[in-house]
Amino acid sequence: MAFNMDPKKCPMPTQDPNVRNKNFEEVALGYTAEMAINEAKRCIHCKNKPCQSGCPVGIDIPGFIEKVAEGDFEAAYQVIHKDSSLPAICGRVCPQESQCEGKCTRGIKNEPVGIGRLERFVADWHRENVHTPPVVPASNGHKVAVIGAGPAGLTAAGDLAKMGYKVTVYEALHVAGGVLMYGIPEFRLPKAIVQQEIDGLKKMGVDFECNMVIGKVLTIDELMGEYGYEAVFVGSGAGLPRFMNIPGESLKGVYSANEFLTRSNLMKAYLPTSKTPIHVGKAVAVVGGGNVAMDAARSALRLGAEKVYIVYRRSMNELPARKEEVEHAEEEGIIFKTLCNPVEILPDDNGFVRAITCIEMELGEPDASGRRRPIEKPGSEFTMEVDTVIMSLGTSPNPLIRSTTPGLETNKHGCIVTASDAGDTSREGVYAGGDAVTGAATVIKAMGAGKAAAKAIDEYIKAKA
Amino acid sequence: MYKIIQKVALNPTVTKMVIEAPLIAKKAQPGQFIIVRPFEDSERIPLTVAGYDRAAGTVDIIFQIVGGTTMELNSLNEGDCVHDFVGPLGRATETEGLKKVCVVGGGVGCAIALPVARKLHEQGCVVHSVVGFRSKDLLILEDEFRACSDELRVMTDDGSYGTKGVVTAALEELINAGNQYDLVITIGPLIMMKFVVKTCQKYGLKSIVSMNPIMIDGTGMCGGCRLTVGGQTKFACVDGPDFDGDLVDFDEAMARGTMYRPFEAHAREAACNLLKMEVK
Repeated sequence: MAFNMDPKKCPMPTQDPNVRNKNFEEVALGYTAEMAINEAKRCIHCKNKPCQSGCPVGIDIPGFIEKVAEGDFEAAYQVIHKDSSLPAICGRVCPQESQCEGKCTRGIKNEPVGIGRLERFVADWHRENVHTPPVVPASNGHKVAVIGAGPAGLTAAGDLAKMGYKVTVYEALHVAGGVLMYGIPEFRLPKAIVQQEIDGLKKMGVDFECNMVIGKVLTIDELMGEYGYEAVFVGSGAGLPRFMNIPGESLKGVYSANEFLTRSNLMKAYLPTSKTPIHVGKAVAVVGGGNVAMDAARSALRLGAEKVYIVYRRSMNELPARKEEVEHAEEEGIIFKTLCNPVEILPDDNGFVRAITCIEMELGEPDASGRRRPIEKPGSEFTMEVDTVIMSLGTSPNPLIRSTTPGLETNKHGCIVTASDAGDTSREGVYAGGDAVTGAATVIKAMGAGKAAAKAIDEYIKAKA
Repeated sequence: MYKIIQKVALNPTVTKMVIEAPLIAKKAQPGQFIIVRPFEDSERIPLTVAGYDRAAGTVDIIFQIVGGTTMELNSLNEGDCVHDFVGPLGRATETEGLKKVCVVGGGVGCAIALPVARKLHEQGCVVHSVVGFRSKDLLILEDEFRACSDELRVMTDDGSYGTKGVVTAALEELINAGNQYDLVITIGPLIMMKFVVKTCQKYGLKSIVSMNPIMIDGTGMCGGCRLTVGGQTKFACVDGPDFDGDLVDFDEAMARGTMYRPFEAHAREAACNLLKMEVK
């Protein structure tokens, strides 16, 4: 088979920036079959598979790409499915540049192979063309409970179900999916796709119990006692938003990014028919520089704001958001106000936000995280006229699980302490992974943790039996 | 889906529903709340647990029909189901060690105050209750309060029932009559709670208030319900809803409560028209 030695990735068709910044439809449109086959031929099938070692769930990347190059898309799907239950999601939201594609040999001299785009193509092709129900694995007679239906919990549930466990996922909100449903907007990750991936797990025999706040309605001790679960996986995430504690933060028109995105995504406030209100002014300041900040800013623009600013205390080089998201945001017209930090939010006569006062920053020596520390420039305060402020400063784990589970060790940040990457906690039979352990991180790291914990739970239950 | 076992109109604008929710009924405590979505496309709204029957596996909610979502909820009947019913959320009211308490309820807040009064009464605490309504036709739960109160004062703004006047007048009268309360627990409109706290401060009494900010998830993940308490940001859904009355910034809470007023007015109108069409 001939390789495609094009130095660049086959480009992904996208909606025009000036059209898409007014709608909530998906920005990236995906490869056609021809594009996918052509891109797959750029893979040179290295023996040591560095890409696979860069994937947190260890997908056999050259294996599936070979099948794509042959035009056997269902075979490619089956290769991916062995290691990932949620490829349509990962192909869209993984930061491939720092994972699989970051290790691709083709990427040393040219652009790496578009692994994420190919994964997405394969998953979408399977969803649209293959309608045979998945094989329900034979039961092994053991029960496991999963707390939280986000990426970590869904992955753990999928893997355990494949091994024959009877899995029940307990979710606090009224729908499963966690951040995939309430956090990441429709234009990056269509909710119908998340729902279909979840339905796939249901067909494999996974039960979902929504509206169940573990720690309140049931405790982990009850799940492992009267409910008879032999192990519990805690994938409850890090949903507690941080605020800056600056004057004016309680004014009307100041949101946490979690609240703004939950209203827009989960409660569908972006639809005119939604019964849940959302307040979007003419000018919006989003404070922070991560993926969540980009999602909030791009959502605000689509909800009708005329000007949307990203206010970030470091420079463009330190933005923690994915490069592709920053580029998309810039194309859509988001204004980046870097090297400045809010010090006060000012009210109008009705108690709504009128403006935000920021101070300019400069970068000093690198701090513990390796990023250069921002330092305030005295006397450089300036005021921006905005009527909505969205705080996107990161999140911490919710205290509900730790405060109701005796003997479950947590650190000073409220994260659950695990003894190893397998997610074993200070309580026997209780495993944890994802943001509940690491604090806010990425979707795929949570999936990797869910996968590792599923393997460890399997070993633990088999050793006990 | 959670079945409506019973529906009773307590007055023209206040409805009681008994909902089948065995797991919540097993755990609920006075002072806690639940989040309801009447239909699949409804908003999530918080309603306080107004009672529970652990044996029957039911939870009571009492709500005032004030807007779109409460109209939707009120359009459901016995045998119908509410789409989502989540709880019990928030912290229970702390009642331990109390010997003599005055419970002050206003309007539909009386529905929330009742289970607290009942629990205190069952613990052997001396309970005085003051309940206030705008007028006689809005009166609710009088007999229930009488059953668990050592002394009950009913106030109406227009004097159409009980004593004419506001709840703080009755509270002051009770204090002036020599009653020494360990605590005053107050639940009702923000403005009423603010003035009950002021009255308590005048006499050096401790007070607890049950706050009712805007909520979405009710599990601590959005901060929409944040309040300033003692100078610190607190989330009412996980840190409350009960707080020390002396520490709450009521003016800020009242301002935040009005954030979506125009939207709510529109939703109410839309729901009204929809219900009218169904009646035709």
